[in-house]
Order: sequence, then structure tokens, then C-alpha cells
Amino acid sequence: MSLGVKSKRVLTRLLQAIPTVFGILVVCFILTRALPGDPAAYFAGDMADEASIEQVRENLGLDQPMPMQFVTYVGDLLQGDLGVAISTGQTVTQELAKRLPASLELTLGALLLALTIAVPLGVLAATRPNSWVDHLCRFLVTAGVSLPTFFTGLALLYVFYYLLGWAPPPMGRLDMMFLPPESITGFYTIDSLIAGDWALFKASLAQMALPLITLALFTLAPIARMTRAAMLQTLASDYVRTARAAGLSRRRVLVTYAFRNALLPVITTLGMVFSFVLGANVLVEKVFAWPGIGSFAVEALVVSDYAAVQGFVLSMALLFVALNLLIDVTYTLIDPRVGEDS
Amino acid sequence: MTPPLLDIQRLSVDFATRRGTVRAIDSISLSVAKGETLGIVGESGSGKSVTSYAVMNILDRAGKIAGGKISYGGMSMHKISERDMRDIRGREISMIFQNPRAALNPIRKVGQQIADVLVQHNQATRATARAKAIEMLLAVKIKDAEKRYEAYPFELSGGMCQRVVIAMALACKPQLLIADEPTTGLDVTTQKAVMDLITELTAQFNMSTILITHDLGLAAAYCDRLLVMEKGHVVEQNTSTALFNAPKKAYTKQLLNATPHRDSYVRDLLTPDQRAKALTLPASTEPGAALLSVKSLKKEFGKPGSGNHHIAVRDLSFDIRKGESLGLVGESGCGKSTTSSMIMRLLDTTEGSIEFLGQDIAAIPAKQFARHTLRGKLQMVFQDPTDSLNPRWSAERSIADPLLRLSPDMPNADRQARVLELATLVGLPVELLNRFPHQLSGGQKARVGIARAVAMEPELLILDEPTAALDVSVQAVVLNLLEDLKHRLGMSYLFISHDLNVVRLLCDRIIVMQHGEIVEQGHAHQIMDAPQTDYTRSLLAAIPHPPASDASVAETAALIQDGAS
Repeated sequence: MSLGVKSKRVLTRLLQAIPTVFGILVVCFILTRALPGDPAAYFAGDMADEASIEQVRENLGLDQPMPMQFVTYVGDLLQGDLGVAISTGQTVTQELAKRLPASLELTLGALLLALTIAVPLGVLAATRPNSWVDHLCRFLVTAGVSLPTFFTGLALLYVFYYLLGWAPPPMGRLDMMFLPPESITGFYTIDSLIAGDWALFKASLAQMALPLITLALFTLAPIARMTRAAMLQTLASDYVRTARAAGLSRRRVLVTYAFRNALLPVITTLGMVFSFVLGANVLVEKVFAWPGIGSFAVEALVVSDYAAVQGFVLSMALLFVALNLLIDVTYTLIDPRVGEDS
Repeated sequence: MTPPLLDIQRLSVDFATRRGTVRAIDSISLSVAKGETLGIVGESGSGKSVTSYAVMNILDRAGKIAGGKISYGGMSMHKISERDMRDIRGREISMIFQNPRAALNPIRKVGQQIADVLVQHNQATRATARAKAIEMLLAVKIKDAEKRYEAYPFELSGGMCQRVVIAMALACKPQLLIADEPTTGLDVTTQKAVMDLITELTAQFNMSTILITHDLGLAAAYCDRLLVMEKGHVVEQNTSTALFNAPKKAYTKQLLNATPHRDSYVRDLLTPDQRAKALTLPASTEPGAALLSVKSLKKEFGKPGSGNHHIAVRDLSFDIRKGESLGLVGESGCGKSTTSSMIMRLLDTTEGSIEFLGQDIAAIPAKQFARHTLRGKLQMVFQDPTDSLNPRWSAERSIADPLLRLSPDMPNADRQARVLELATLVGLPVELLNRFPHQLSGGQKARVGIARAVAMEPELLILDEPTAALDVSVQAVVLNLLEDLKHRLGMSYLFISHDLNVVRLLCDRIIVMQHGEIVEQGHAHQIMDAPQTDYTRSLLAAIPHPPASDASVAETAALIQDGAS
């Protein structure tokens, strides 16, 4: 297969994301319009009379027909205008820009941690069935699936903060004693490393450790399980038998023949796992007072701050689309069969 | 006498299963001399593949050598370490497997897979591996080897994949090649090409070969010596000519009998006991009026001009008369399965008419035919008896299925009685009716599939390679059953197969297809004995020719030459 065919396939996949994004915009728009209550009355305040509510309605553009409102909405979005969050008084864009890196640092960190543990664990468990590694894998998977994240989070806090005192208090991203590093990526750990500030790096990592482990424990279960199952399947396949009969080294049989094939279903699972993590994130942020968009969304929901909720839903959906796109493109690059009939 | 290259003495292999230890092979002894070709023949479960896995020491986790000795060139293979064993695999002894497409890593270029073997056994460095791998591709007669190096298995045909597997196996010029059913699932002409290639290369490198197969004819045609196995035991071994022409043991005789020959009749395949019990077939009956009439049938896939446009069937016309059996023969990709799907109304036609019982059913969309009144009169028996049964349904439920769908008003008691009647008709023991597919043998599953197909008393039965997945002795019984049913129920058959010898047994007329068109048609004996086209001749020539007894050697030689010319 030539490189041209591949890049064409990747491009096609990218174009396929456009309708999805449009669909998300429509749903987001309708969702907030469909929610009960009159935003104009809400914005006008308790003391408003009919006339002033009408006035507010006009100001907000809510007197326009729906399609016009949608066009205005999309236009505003294109300029990065998501509206103003009532609870904080700042624009939603600003709030998200401030909080998104915090959530991403946690989510991606957890995903990375889960991957580095789960994939080798799954491979080892599959190559040594019924050994202690296999049992450990089974134990971790069961624990990860059956324990809710808020419970794991609280249990870890109780043991490592309250009883042992190893972990810092669950008070956000950084201890009061430190100032956040100059924002480059928005990830405190990376930014502090760029600034060369070791103490700051350690402090931010310490804050992140418990929420990271909580999320990772939850995330690694499906990945380890999928890796183990996929490895078992490829190890029993005809082509692994051929490779063994050809006298290839154990390493080559395991890595090039079994593992690379087993990776395909694992990559597919990652997309799904990511959506779990995004959901779990909201709870974990709440438990550890992490100033991410998850806790922001919960607070916004409680006070019916529609612009903020809308912004949250939109950004999460886009994030999810982007990650799935990335996974699909990776898949296309790894598996030569994608896009072929039969 | 020089010591044999491979010597197996009283080898036993056990498998640990949930029901305890099962002995897969029991104290077998065999040897292969340098340059010799040994055929191991047996039906499924005979332990022929397990023997080869034991030699290579690639038994899966549950399998264990329980006793005996394997020595190769003086080395004791059962004592050797896994590391040394790895050096032997691929360099001294290598293997070719069944189902070549699955035997190759689906996401690695085929050339790289050959290169992997070369580099592993120090036959090439990373720098020279590519050139050497291409050399091997040329050796197995793959055209455009340079370009094929970059191909992935899914881009190659089955026969091409098997050539790549052979290239992998022979890359390091091993002393012994074990070929485990190397041509099962391939077309006859591809089978011949692959087998000829293996013979040529092994002779060129002066290698010994073990050919493991269920096909006695194939083994006899390509091997010096044959060994027949049954249920983990060696039944008989002798030179090919002697074994084929003068078998000593009853099992060998039965196996030989059950293998269809050029001139055997369907009853000849049975054992004498079975034959005594079979009903006498009526003398050839004159077929009645046309039952199915296909005119100018055409099927296109994809839009014309687009990259995946493909004409599977072009301008096909034929009739099947009442009580007649028509054979449809051709290699994979010739359009025979597409044709049967269109007649079954599982696939919409592009052009043409299919007149069945006086009605043009081509006009009925495939989606609606399931509810059509003619649906019950047209039934099908599928290739794989296992995959074509619902694994969660008992045999009884499977047989009752068409009755439930097409005569929903039938009272329960009547339906049960009908299922019993059908089971008896196809010779399925009534006590097996509440079993599930995995609890039935291949032959029993085939009977369930046939009972299900005849439940609605169809006028026309389409048989799509109904015995391709069965052992020869089971195939013999199933073919005879089909022949009986045809006369008892007055059905017509459309028999689809790539095996001319099998088709000939049941069919009055044969159509040979190639590239979606009819190449030749005529009476079965006329196609077999006096083929008119080169394509039919090449199909016939590709059927393995076992060594004949001395008297007929000259005659056979003449035939082979005819076929080759």
C-alpha cells in the first residue's frame, strides 16, 4: 500500500468528523433551549416586570426565530464566545481555558499511568496463565471495576493523608506555599520542569498523586482485561504457531507477531475508556477539590448556570471527538486492512 | 542401510482436558529416510497433526509427550532444550500449515515475514534479508516478487499465501519439511500447483517430506510411502503403490473405498455392510418438465467505472428439470456461489430471469422472498455443517425451524411428529434430537442440516459443497443419503462444488463455470470422459492421480499426458 493511499484514508476520516461536530453543536443548542425555565426572566432578576423581561429577551436575542438564534450561536462560537458564567462573572471561555489544563493533566496522566501498568500486566498475565501475575491481574481488574472512584478516592485519602500523613491535604493543584509556574502548557508538572523548579515539580506531583492513582485504578481495569484477552487470542492464532514453527525467538514471536496484533483491539478500547475517565473525573475532582472543569460543571449545574453547562458539554464532546479521531487515525496507520472490503 | 533422518519410536502424547487425560496418540513408531516422502493419512481425530506437533515440540499447553523417543539425525529431540529446539525449527525441520491466510501475520508484510526467518537463523543480515526474501519469493514462483514483498496477506489469494508460507518454510533449506494439510480449502488446480511446487523444491534441495492429509488419493499421488492412522494408532504402512492397490487392513480398504474415484458409483463408497442395507436405486429415470429455468442471469457488484466494480456472473442461462441433478463446477471466484445465492433469492439480480415453478422469482426482492409462498419449495444445504446451525438450538429446534416459520399454524403435536419423521428419514438417531451442535459429530450435524432443508418438502434443493468439511467416510454416507432422498422425495438438486469427482457421483448433467460464464456443459460422463475445452481438461488433470496397479500404469500415464498437454 502506498503512502498516498494511507494519507487519503486519514484525510477521509478527518472529514468524517465534521458532521459529528455539527451534530454536537445542534444538540448543545437545543439542549439549553429545551431546558425548563425562561432564561430572560432568570437574567432579568426577581424584581423585573413584563417590560424589562422583554427588554432582556431582546438583548439576549431570544426573540429571534430558532434558526437565527442558531446562526448567532455558531457565529459567537467561532469567535470563541461561549457566554458569561453567572456564578463567577467571568466569560465561560476564560473559565474553561483556566480549568481545562487542570482536568487534562489529571485525565491524561491517569490514562498514561493506567496504560504503563495495564498493558504489561495484561501481556504477562496472558503469557503465564494461572501464575501469580495472572491472579494479580484478575484482582486489580475486579477491584478497579467494582470500586466506585469516589470510594477509592476517599479510602486513599483516609489511609495516606489522615492515617499515614504521606500525602498533602486534598486542596487543589498546589500547596498554598507555592505559586503556580509560568503557564506554557498549563500542566503544572510540565511547566515547573520547563522552569527548572524541582521543588515546585515535586509539590505539584504530590498533590496530583492520589487523584491520579484513584483515576488510574479505575482506568486500568478495562485496559488490562482487554490486553489479556487479546493476547490470549493472538497467542492461540495460526500465525503465532507458524512463527514458532519457523523457530523465531520468543521475543519476536511475542512482540512482533502476538503483541502488535493484540494491540489493535486495545486501541479501540482506549476510546471507550477515555469516555469513562471523563465521567469519573467529575467525581474525583470533587473529592480532591481539584479546580478542573468537572467541578466547575457540577457547581454550574447546581445554580442552573446554562452558559457554563453548555460550554462544558461542548468542550467535553469536542475533546472526545478529537481523541477518537486520533485513535482512528492511529488504527488506520497500524492496520493495513482498514478500509478494504473483506 | 543408513540411519533414518527422523525416527519415532513408541511415541505417546496425552492431552489434559476437563474430563481427565486423553491419549491423542498411542505408541506410534515411524521413520523417514533422507530424501524420502512419507504420507500420513487419517481422518479427523486420528492424531496425524499431533504427531507432527510433537516432533516440532509445539504442542499447546495441554499436550504432553507421555512416552517414547523422537530422534532426528541422531539427536534425541524429546530431551533437547527449548533454546536448541528453536534453532532446529525452521532451519532443520520446518512446517507448512492448513489455511495459509490465517497462518501469516495479518499486519506484517509477507516479505518481512520471510526475512524474519532468514535473520533468525543467521542466513541473512538485516541488510541482505530483503534481497534473499525476494529470492525465495521467486523460488516459489511468485511473479512480481519485488512488489509482492510489500504485500499484506489479505491482498493475496489463498494459493499465493500458501506459496509465501512455503517460502518461509524453505528459506533456510531445512532437511525435513512437514506439510500439514497444505492444500485443504484450495481449488484443485491450485492444489496441483502447490503440491507440484513442494515436490519440485524438496527434490531440488534433497529434502525429506512428511505430507499429512485426509486425502488418500493426494497422498498416494505424491508420496513414496504411506502410513494410515486411526484414533492414535498406526493401522498400516507400505509403499504408495502397494497400499493403494492391495490394502491389507479393513480400515484402509474402507478409506480407499470411500474416496471417490473417476469411475466409482455412489453406492461403491459404502462399506459392504452399509451397501447391503441401502435401498436399490431405480434405473435412470427420464427427467420431467423444466422446474427451474434461468435466463441471461447477470450480477454486478459496485458501480461501473468505480474501483470495486466487478461482474460476478455474466449472461448465465440453464434449466433444471424435475427429478434432475445438475452440477455446477468451477474454481473459487467463478461465480457459482453468487449464482446459488441469486436462485435462493438471498441476493438481488442485476439482470435476467429466474423462472421457478412457472413464476419469475427474480422480480421478487431478496428481502421479501422469505415470506413468499414458493420459499418452502426452494431449500439449501450449506457447506459448513457446524457454522450453519445455531449453536444455542437443539437439533430438534433446528429441524423444526422452517416448519415454525413457514407453517406457523401447524399444531405442536404434528410438528413434533414431523421432526421425528424427518430425523428417521435422514438417519439421525431420535435420542440425539435434544442435543446441541457441539455435542454432535460432523456427520450428525450434516444430517440435521439436511433434515432441516427437506422439512418443507422442497422441489429444488441447492447443495453448496455439502461434504467439503467432512471426512471421506462420512462424506460417503452423506452422499448416499442425498441420493436416497432425491429418489424418495422426488427432489431436484443443484449441486455446487469444486470437486468434479464428487459432483459426478450425484449429477446427471454438469455445468463448468469460469469468470462468471459457462465454459462447458453436458452429461456427466461426457464432461468427465471427453471434455471439450481446455479449462475442463485442466480441472480434470488437477485431480490427484494415485499410482495405479502395474496393469493400468501405462493407461494412467497416457491419461496424465493427455491432461497435461
